[in-house]
Amino acid sequence: MQPGDELPELRVTPDRYLTIRYAGASGDFNPIHVDEAFARQVGLPGTILHGLWSMAQVARAQTEAAGGPAALRRLSVQFRGMGLPERELRVTSRVREVRDDGVVVVDTVAEQDTTQIIRNAEAELQP
Amino acid sequence: MPVSTAAVGKTYPPTTYAVGREKIREYARAVFEHDPRYLDLDAARAAGYRDLVAPPMFCVVYSAPAMVPAILDPDVGIDFARMVHGGQDFRWGPLVVAGDEITTAVTVAAIEERDGKGFFVFESVSTNQEGHTVCVGTWTNIVRGA
Repeated sequence: MQPGDELPELRVTPDRYLTIRYAGASGDFNPIHVDEAFARQVGLPGTILHGLWSMAQVARAQTEAAGGPAALRRLSVQFRGMGLPERELRVTSRVREVRDDGVVVVDTVAEQDTTQIIRNAEAELQP
Repeated sequence: MPVSTAAVGKTYPPTTYAVGREKIREYARAVFEHDPRYLDLDAARAAGYRDLVAPPMFCVVYSAPAMVPAILDPDVGIDFARMVHGGQDFRWGPLVVAGDEITTAVTVAAIEERDGKGFFVFESVSTNQEGHTVCVGTWTNIVRGA
């Protein structure tokens, strides 16, 4: 991996009931993620993705590119626009620098359509 | 409504989470992970691990029991109706595998008001049964109109 290199793009479309399975897997049952009527009542278009699920897709893009889970040393993200089920999510990643100790620093974002739902994300990889 | 910084530095009783094989599989499937080290015991062992490997982001599962009381703490004073998860940082140590017992301690790292928003920052430190730090998390929650 060299500065400027792009890591393979990750594309995934969460299905309609994904947020319910993720709620069970993670323990986060905030109703904005699992209750369609509640979500609409508080002004959302419907249930929205968990930010930490989207972050897990950013993490997966890194570990799949770098050879597995041990390579991911750090991941830092900012959550912005809301993520929605049944829309394709794309994670793009580009190497910013390779440090003297071999750690690869990657700039990465997650988008749906033209909305960045995770931005200013930075990963540190030790491939 | 100005935020109170009185809770900065507050710590909470550590919690211990026993990592189970089926919980790793359930989590891995929910985040669309296909790496056999997370799903197939033989593949994990062939790769040199004692048991199924937890994906790095499984840290949210073993940290959650320690995080919940901190976020709900009335001394911290988060208004949930206006809260969004603003940012997240994880640094990982050795990989977690099924059978590990992970102890997590949480501290209120910072409470600040900027641009009319309250920033509530928590730090979690998770340690395995051998005393190695497996994950340090920095959780930033933003409350609008604070």
